[in-house]
Amino acid sequence: MSFFKPAFRHPDAPVNELGFTQKNYEGSISTLCAGCGHDSISAAITQAIFELSIPPHNIAKMSGIGCSSKTPTYFLGNSHGFNSVHGRMPSVATGANMANREMIYVGVSGDGDTASIGMGQFTHAVRRNLNMMYIVENNGCYGLTKGQDSATADVGSMSKKGEPNPFEAIDLASMALQLGATFVARSFSGDKAQLIPLIKAAISHRGFAFIDVISPCVTFNNNPGSTRGYEYVREHLAASGTMDFVPLRKEISTSYEAGSSEEVTLHDGSVVHLHKADQDLDIHNRRSALKLIKDYQAQDKILTGLLYMDQDSQDCHEVIGTAKKALRGLKEAELCPGNKALQTINDSLR
Amino acid sequence: MKSITSVNDFVIKFANVNGTGSASANNLFAKSIFRMGLPVSPKNIFPSNIQGLPTWYEVRVNENGYIGRRGGTDIMVSVNPQSMARDIKEVEPGGYFVYDNTKALDLRLMRDDISFIGIPLTRICLEEYKDPRQRQLFRNMVYVGALAALISIELDVVTGLIADQFKGKEKLIVPNVHALELGYQYAMSNHSCPIGITVERRDNIGDKILIDGNTACGLGAVYGGATVAGWYPITPSTSVIEGFEKYCKRMRIDPATGKKNFAIVQAEDELAAIGMVIGASWNGARAFTATSGPGISLMSEFLGLAYFAEIPTVLIDVQRAGPSTGMPTRTQQSDILACAYASHGDTKHVLLFPSSPKDCFEMTADAFDLAEHLQTPVIMLTDLDLGMNDTLSEPLAWDDQREYNRGKVFDAEQLENLGERFGRYLDVDGDGIPYRTYPGTHPSKGSFFTRGTSRDEYAVYTEDGSEYVKNMERLLHKWETAKEHVPAPEVFSQAGGKSVGIIHFGTSMDSTLEAVDKLAAEGIAVDSCRIRAFPFNHEVETFIAEHDNVFVVEQNRDAQMRSLLINECEINPKDLIKVLHYDGMPITANYICSKVREVVKSNNVTPIRVSSNASGEK
Repeated sequence: MSFFKPAFRHPDAPVNELGFTQKNYEGSISTLCAGCGHDSISAAITQAIFELSIPPHNIAKMSGIGCSSKTPTYFLGNSHGFNSVHGRMPSVATGANMANREMIYVGVSGDGDTASIGMGQFTHAVRRNLNMMYIVENNGCYGLTKGQDSATADVGSMSKKGEPNPFEAIDLASMALQLGATFVARSFSGDKAQLIPLIKAAISHRGFAFIDVISPCVTFNNNPGSTRGYEYVREHLAASGTMDFVPLRKEISTSYEAGSSEEVTLHDGSVVHLHKADQDLDIHNRRSALKLIKDYQAQDKILTGLLYMDQDSQDCHEVIGTAKKALRGLKEAELCPGNKALQTINDSLR
Repeated sequence: MKSITSVNDFVIKFANVNGTGSASANNLFAKSIFRMGLPVSPKNIFPSNIQGLPTWYEVRVNENGYIGRRGGTDIMVSVNPQSMARDIKEVEPGGYFVYDNTKALDLRLMRDDISFIGIPLTRICLEEYKDPRQRQLFRNMVYVGALAALISIELDVVTGLIADQFKGKEKLIVPNVHALELGYQYAMSNHSCPIGITVERRDNIGDKILIDGNTACGLGAVYGGATVAGWYPITPSTSVIEGFEKYCKRMRIDPATGKKNFAIVQAEDELAAIGMVIGASWNGARAFTATSGPGISLMSEFLGLAYFAEIPTVLIDVQRAGPSTGMPTRTQQSDILACAYASHGDTKHVLLFPSSPKDCFEMTADAFDLAEHLQTPVIMLTDLDLGMNDTLSEPLAWDDQREYNRGKVFDAEQLENLGERFGRYLDVDGDGIPYRTYPGTHPSKGSFFTRGTSRDEYAVYTEDGSEYVKNMERLLHKWETAKEHVPAPEVFSQAGGKSVGIIHFGTSMDSTLEAVDKLAAEGIAVDSCRIRAFPFNHEVETFIAEHDNVFVVEQNRDAQMRSLLINECEINPKDLIKVLHYDGMPITANYICSKVREVVKSNNVTPIRVSSNASGEK
């Protein structure tokens, strides 16, 4: 690996609507193992946000602890980031979001950080429909502590030590569906073509947008017998279809054959075009998604793509009725009722 | 038998069954006395239960303004047969036992050194009301009426309060007043009224108010500009957030849109509650949470992050009796060390110790300024006694000219004009406090990555030992700066006193100051020092150095404040004498006096006599 990133970029590098090049969205150099799936996800996030023309400082990167949670350093260097404590990113993201609903929250977590130590907080962030994108970089093992099985490892999957995992896996996409998540998708770190539009749609979605990204650990879980290795995953992938994400400002130029695709308009006016590979999938129906995940699982296949979305979802702020503008921007005049009101309160206490 | 006779100086206790509506009747009683211009201190002694178990309400009336717990019961109002045997035993010799004599009293419980006053509460209600619910609710009003006759409470005051209480539900006023009169008339016709203990109108309240500390904290958070509260329900802290919500709903709704200028999120646990506070504070809002001991244990990991990553965090700990679940409905001051050094690694946190509702209000508002100025957690240590009991307090006041101190935060313009590179952890001003930026401030300047891992002055991850040490030393330097910003102790010196000093804090204040007066009357001059914050200011060290015998009064077993003083001020342990009380009930002046006397006598201390005016000078 190289130890620094060259500052030079091609003078004709493409710019987005804000006039930024992709460089404006990059972070510092990754310290993860060469070939780590997580780095591909970081690249996909960078590209998706560049293409969406979001000002980089309008994004807050939230993470917990683990290999995955380190990655926010490696993308969006002009955004504030918060590497919090293990499994507790959802609560920190909740607070951050309550303080300022005008920013975009990108959460990155891992399977240990979400499915084990952070399961409680994860479920409640889903339940509150917190407006954020929450990506789990799912490699089925604990990388930073050298390869222990995680709670998402498939039963029977072989660790590098050669021992089969004895416990049932927790399927986070199914869980999110059951908990009422309003946007659920699954992807593979090696499939940028699928991942980038999913990230774009997740960011545009109003509410909790969950993407479970299978992201092989090259060092500890890429061995024969592992169900999270590159080879195994590639061989067992099944896409629910392909999709395009069209932001509001863009004109829809591609034409699709009638009947083969479906358009879903998001609250901000952007459009998701779905081209379903499996006609059984109804992305507006939770039960359909849950059933299909199980059906594919029975065939030893990992179903990827957009699995469910509720385009009319109301996020936590709308549910609790907070002011439209950021709470953090309120000043004394709006916050402090003043001494006269206090004297009335005193009178009521006599 | 010699009955107790007293005007405006007694303790009355109500023995009730939890969940029977007695609380509002008891409040009515206490407030009536308050409205007669007399200082009162009601204390709820309740079980960890919703319905059925014994509960007590103890009211001290003292025209001289001593509102700490006195101990002992002069009048017991027994409405609960379950606890009758022990309630009879508790009455002071010469005291009075007011009870429901619908059923004859068990003769084995009789005492010949107290007066038994029977009021047939059940019979009166049975004859008067058909609805069983009414029979129970009005029973409470009947005993308040009887008491009004027995100890001469002005009936107009009570009826006036009933009218206030049912404002908007006027049709409830008449039946309640009727029940009151039933009790009043019965007592007047069947007993010689008043008894030896009476109340007489005075003007000893001034403009004081009656409010519980938790509500005052909630109100302080409104005035202090808090917009985000993450919390998890736990006795005895729940009413802090309830108070915040109540006043927010009244005063923080945007008039144009009807939307909330606040967000309250009930978390899944205390870990999440503090996580939300940290996230919101990091993002530039004023945020807080409230909890009790078990919550502090759970929040400790996050407190370490907030300390190390330097994120303002306001936490209100309403202490209860620990360890573990302890006695959830009893008071203690036993989270001091857990809070002072919460979390693994080298950490220290700013603590505030309120002693009154006014303190609760002001310190909560100040806590936001302090936390943002120092960029660190500020934990306010109140307790169940202050938090959940209506307490006599100076009225609350707010300076309308006051501006919030949001601390060192660079805005977009400052970042734009910043000549050098922005260093999140760079000590620019030499006070150990660096500058921070809110997320989303500037498209290309001022962003940084917040983390609990070590980093250099520019917030870049590093495992370089010297960088780590430099940062830890700066945090210590910041701690020194904090000493100039936290509230100073309150010292009262008796004329000529220097031999005996008492250090106290929080809710031990009222009893300690009463003890100082009592000791002065005995000729023992005692100086007092109320600690209001940690880190300790130098005045605390001076106080200790200036006195030969220094007592530390606290409500825990292990003398935690004393340990903190020994550790932080490098005091010889022998120089600090423990006065510890931790049975879950608030400490009394008599208890403090007895401890001081013991030592003063055995040490042969010759205290300087003070004149009869015991109030001392500031």
